[in-house]
Amino acid sequence: MTVAAAPSAVDASAQPAAEPLLEARAIVKRFGPLVAVDHADLAIRPGVHALLGENGAGKSTLVKILYGYDRADSGEIWLDGRRVEVRSPADARRFGIGLVFQQFTLIPALTVAENVALFLPDLPRVLDQRKIADRIRETSVRYELVVDPARRVGTLSLPEQQRVEILRVLLAGARVLIFDEPTSTLPAQEVDALFDVFRRLRDDGYPILFITHKLAEVFALADTVTVMRRGVVIDTLAIADVDEEQLVQMMFGQTPATVHRGEPHPVGATVLALTGATCLGEGRPLVDLDLSISAGEIVGVAGIAGNGQRELADAIVGVSRVRRGHRLLLGDDATHWSVRRIRDAGVAYVPERALAEELIWNMTLEENVILGSPRRYSHVGGLTLDRRKLHKDFSGRLAALGLDLPDASHRAGTLSGGNAQRFAVARELARDPKLLVALYPTRGLDVPTAAAVQELLLHARGRGCGVLLVSQDLAELTTLSDRLLVMRDGRIVADLDPHTTDAYEIGGLMTGGAS
Amino acid sequence: MSAIAAAVGIDALGSWFDRHPRLTTALRWLGWATVGVLAYVVLILLYGKSPLHAFHEIWANTLSSRYGLQDVAVRMTPLLFAALAVTIPARIGQVNVGGEGQIFAGGAGAAWVALTFTSWPAWLLLPAMALGGMLGGGIWAGIAGFLKARGWLSEVFSTVLMNYIAILAVSALVFGPWRDPTSSNYPQSRELVHAARLPHLGASRVDITIFAALGLIVAFDWLLHRTRWGLEIRAIGGNPYAALRNGIPVSRYIIVAMFVGGALAGLAGMGQLSALQFRLNPGLSASFGYMGFLISWLAGHNPRLIVPMAFLLAVLASSGDILQISQGLPSAIVTVLSATLMMIVLLARAGRRAT
Repeated sequence: MTVAAAPSAVDASAQPAAEPLLEARAIVKRFGPLVAVDHADLAIRPGVHALLGENGAGKSTLVKILYGYDRADSGEIWLDGRRVEVRSPADARRFGIGLVFQQFTLIPALTVAENVALFLPDLPRVLDQRKIADRIRETSVRYELVVDPARRVGTLSLPEQQRVEILRVLLAGARVLIFDEPTSTLPAQEVDALFDVFRRLRDDGYPILFITHKLAEVFALADTVTVMRRGVVIDTLAIADVDEEQLVQMMFGQTPATVHRGEPHPVGATVLALTGATCLGEGRPLVDLDLSISAGEIVGVAGIAGNGQRELADAIVGVSRVRRGHRLLLGDDATHWSVRRIRDAGVAYVPERALAEELIWNMTLEENVILGSPRRYSHVGGLTLDRRKLHKDFSGRLAALGLDLPDASHRAGTLSGGNAQRFAVARELARDPKLLVALYPTRGLDVPTAAAVQELLLHARGRGCGVLLVSQDLAELTTLSDRLLVMRDGRIVADLDPHTTDAYEIGGLMTGGAS
Repeated sequence: MSAIAAAVGIDALGSWFDRHPRLTTALRWLGWATVGVLAYVVLILLYGKSPLHAFHEIWANTLSSRYGLQDVAVRMTPLLFAALAVTIPARIGQVNVGGEGQIFAGGAGAAWVALTFTSWPAWLLLPAMALGGMLGGGIWAGIAGFLKARGWLSEVFSTVLMNYIAILAVSALVFGPWRDPTSSNYPQSRELVHAARLPHLGASRVDITIFAALGLIVAFDWLLHRTRWGLEIRAIGGNPYAALRNGIPVSRYIIVAMFVGGALAGLAGMGQLSALQFRLNPGLSASFGYMGFLISWLAGHNPRLIVPMAFLLAVLASSGDILQISQGLPSAIVTVLSATLMMIVLLARAGRRAT
């Protein structure tokens, strides 16, 4: 089963004679039906090692397993050529494995020194603040991690907090340093400073593993790169042996198209337009955004997850308010419309996680259908419910979509993720929408169902529905879309013709690499 | 060996529980009731009295006599309103701890109507007073709902704090502008005119608002399970985040549910004023608002369970007075018992969720 020897063979040319300090062998981690990490091997040696992949590729899960934060379902962790059991972060710290999380884990009300003290393995009962502060200063001078030990963490900037995180991992005696997307919270000018710290740590012999999805960072810093896609380690290579194009291909893969888009479709009137729209909701702010979707076209949105796709959907369906600019829907100014009014106007929405964001888990599927189109199934403003029409629709319109739905009396919460997704798609498409906003509608579905959903999107487009399709699957996007937008950092950075572009160009735009 | 046998026994018991959910529920309730009675017994024993004697007194003076039953019904009436005032917001995840203050605000609203329009006939004055009570309580709770819907202040804090304001404001009114000049020292308003007094059932002390309360409970249960509004209320209670994405106006529901809850508590205040006390005074509510909170939680915010729970608490409250009079026990014993019961029930629920 184990192919632990393979990565070291690959690395032999890059790092001659260096035995891996920390090694993951055939790690498997499942979350329900999803295999987040699938027999992953990873060997960390002195030097800087980049772990590259899209969001959801399993990078974070893999390093959390190394740190004992998640437990693997199977597989082994080896340290200094011995097998070890890492059951908790405390175990990991004892073994000298340090992880700097993407979201910082400091306690804002305590000082820098106190936060560091909490992590020290040899913490005495009575704290000597001055001694701890001295230790912090010594290490911070050595690696230029400048921070005042007496400051309260709550008053520090994000880059300063990151320095504290690094300091406390070092002072806790870490011999291997792992960073989960260390640059994602940093402004550009701070990234260089962080990389300088990485270089000094490397020169002192620390093995460093950092997670990223930015190609530029890989080439700026790493000696070795491992690419993951959908839970699988695709390959581990010395940086001298790869170029950007190869890495993009390894990240995004090339899956065969399963659906044929048919004849180009005449595009109708504008269904939705955002003009100079600024939305400052939760998550990434959207500033001065322009977007238009016409009847009978599928507008694809590519981007690394978390670059504003979700916020864009929220802005269209009215969950977040449009602070500046306009939202036009079917020719009406819908800037200040409520979610209900927007939905009633014919907008349908398939969220990223159906169970958490759109279905009510303790209600039956039927009741969830009513919630989706309340006006259709209630009279006298809401005093009565038309159950008969509901039954008819459930066995008629919804079933006709051919998605093989569970029984109407099931509670939504009892459905598997895939079934919930299917139901959410059916519920929304059965409303005959004029605009469909779909976030990752085929993710987590088996291949035939995913193909069926793709056919339904094309069918809706054929009826004159405008579709906004957010997806991580580049093959799906280039096959289905009439236009392809690329989002990065909350902005639409490109509007492409999907038939004259390729995965390399799109990947480059997504990751901000040179193209 | 014995440990293994015990483990096997528990397993067998566990699967028996799984196969008989209704019986299990009944057993659990019986268990709680036993714990409650035992707590009562211990408290009475601590005072050196005979529990049997005490239970006989309670039985004789509440459930087995006409007067006793009337007393229980009279006590139950405001509790039903107050419990509904907690249950309605609770179904969309709002914790209304302000029933007490809303009762006072409602009482003040009703009193203002009664003291201002003294010449109106009963058929006009009583509905106007009910409206005044509902507006008073409703606005009081609606403020808290508005603050919450805006994301400014948790309704838990605002409702608790507004209790103090409402109670003290009523005191200020009856010490000041509304004080009855003819009353000697006691701070209270002028007596209500006869047209402002609610009719009673026959010669009893039970007034007709108990039917209003029962009717409202039935109506809310129907609304919850048979209408689109009920569906939307349950959706918000199930997952407010998803409800928002379904287009349900969550903020509006929060304000309306708090307003309606407060309005019902206000009706309890109006009832106390118009059916029993006939004067606004600082003793308008004997912690009915807090007991309503307890009842709603005991009932798991299920309107159908409000009636038996309110009945239970009314008997308990009544028995406290009886024990004070006949046995010389402090009536606070009931408060201790209620609090104990509440904790047991909530712990049992938490335990069930954990398994």
